[in-house]
Amino acid sequence: MRLWLGLVGVLLLAVISLFIGVIPLSPRDVFTDPEATRLMLTSRLPRTLAALLAGAALAITGQIMQVLARNRFVEPMTAGAGQSAALGVLLATLLIPGAPVWIKMCLAAATTLAGSVGLLVLIRPLPPTQPLLVPLVALIYGGLIGAAVNFVAYQGDMMQYLQVWLTGELSGVLKGRYELLWIAGVAAAATWFIAGRITLLNLGDDVARSLGINVRNVTAAGLLAVSVVTAMVVVTLGAIPFVGLVVPNLVSRRMGDNLPRTLPFTALIGAGLVLAADICGRTIRAPFEVPVAAVIGVVGAVLFLILLYREPRHG
Amino acid sequence: MISIRGVKHSIQGKPILQDINLDLPRGGVTALIGPNGAGKSTLLSLIARLQPLGTGTIRVDALQIGSCSDAALARVLAIMPQSAQISARLRVGEAVMMGRYPWHRGRPGKRDGEIVEETLRLFSLTSLADRFLDEISGGQRQRAMVAMAYAQETDYLLLDEPLNNLDIAASRHLMRLLRQMADTGRKSIVIVLHDINYAAAFADRVVVMREGRIVADGAPGAVITPALMADVFETDAKVHLVDDRPVVLV
Ligand SMILES: Nc1ncnc2c1ncn2[C@@H]1O[C@H](COP(=O)(O)OP(=O)(O)O)[C@@H](O)[C@H]1O
Ligand SMILES: [Mg+2]
Repeated sequence: MRLWLGLVGVLLLAVISLFIGVIPLSPRDVFTDPEATRLMLTSRLPRTLAALLAGAALAITGQIMQVLARNRFVEPMTAGAGQSAALGVLLATLLIPGAPVWIKMCLAAATTLAGSVGLLVLIRPLPPTQPLLVPLVALIYGGLIGAAVNFVAYQGDMMQYLQVWLTGELSGVLKGRYELLWIAGVAAAATWFIAGRITLLNLGDDVARSLGINVRNVTAAGLLAVSVVTAMVVVTLGAIPFVGLVVPNLVSRRMGDNLPRTLPFTALIGAGLVLAADICGRTIRAPFEVPVAAVIGVVGAVLFLILLYREPRHG
Repeated sequence: MISIRGVKHSIQGKPILQDINLDLPRGGVTALIGPNGAGKSTLLSLIARLQPLGTGTIRVDALQIGSCSDAALARVLAIMPQSAQISARLRVGEAVMMGRYPWHRGRPGKRDGEIVEETLRLFSLTSLADRFLDEISGGQRQRAMVAMAYAQETDYLLLDEPLNNLDIAASRHLMRLLRQMADTGRKSIVIVLHDINYAAAFADRVVVMREGRIVADGAPGAVITPALMADVFETDAKVHLVDDRPVVLV
């Protein structure tokens, strides 16, 4: 029931998104005017789909990362994975400039995976009694990799490209330039099959093992999904922060952590949030655009502060 | 039968368990008692393959710990670890359903639902089924954890200090339930108890540990004596017989 409501809400947003832009479009034009049809199919529809795919995938993998890190305040995009993805594309562009896109993409996914594994190794010894240490360490870790990215970009004279990967933006989305996000969507959707086992990890390694879960394999599968999604989003749109942090926390607060039940909601709300933020970014200063990452940065930071103060008991 | 042969265990060079030989036949309630740090939790976690076994062998029926699969053992033996603290926001009913995982492997069926219902009823948790674990009392949460292990429907049930946080009524209720499961359900229950009087009142057999060794093993009446209190627990508490059961006066 609530799922249907959410679905209707997101569909409404999608319709709004399709008909907002510098060039006015009406539903009738799309069927009568070939120029309008072309605009719809090459720009408006891809942009809307990109927002939905990225939002849903980021929210889902944020939730998964929080289980793997056993901490609610970790988010892949800011905790090293996002920066590692940028490092990956940057290195690929510098070292093998002529390489096809899929090679760069694989390299970005690989560095993201390494970055995420590094984070888990780093936070494992931290005491569970101090839940705020983990996001703090994650933030510093992400900052360090970010600094390395900046250094490499500076040395390689690539600072202007860097902005593209560090600030998520949807204005460049066109047909033929966003399709990697479908891979992110598929990777996020595939976590549905391990959602039950990931929930069990949340009961602690001992309980999970005693129920017959292969903790290592499930963790590896989860990290793979997190890395693929983060890398694809960073490569195609740039980093979009907070979605993977705020949405899972909101959902957990209201519905709990039984992922097979909650992940559909997480996906819907994530998709709706990114799409709504993009609609705002397109309208508040029209005809200019505010990057979606900037809008979400503001909204997300406020939501996150509210969550932090509302929920001091849960680490 | 759980059969433990020549088990030694050390952590970072420090010996924790030494020369453990123990047979726990099917059926009955075995209480594991001993001072803090005696190695009771370590022994349980070795039996439940939660820590790698170094020296010695442990078998649970036909399964050899260390070489049998986790999934196979999960259908034979359930454990509630001492540190069973769940940070996930799960509803009581959902948590108990997690205990069914070894059987449904992620696709709960009608039968799993029935068993969860029955377990909740048995542990007086039905009215709490939809409450989150972090929004109920410590004692209720403890009961939910035991219920989760019970719902796993295994022949062997290992419980590490399940009476923590429970008041006297809840403790007696739980111990009676376990007693009944052993008597009519043919379950084999190994339970670490803090309070020796509960061991004396409800267990068929008491195994006493101290400094990583088993120092006494037998029926409560034979094991729980003033001498044991003095030697193992280093206290001069008196022991009286009430209704043929030993009672430690505190
Ligand atoms: N992870 C660990 N690292 C170091 N020592 C440990 C660890 N776990 C347990 N020990 C030690 O092993 C001994 C037995 O602990 P434990 O099995 O928990 O005792 P009990 O459950 O009987 O109180 C104690 O001396 C304890 O300090
Ligand atoms: Mg213990």
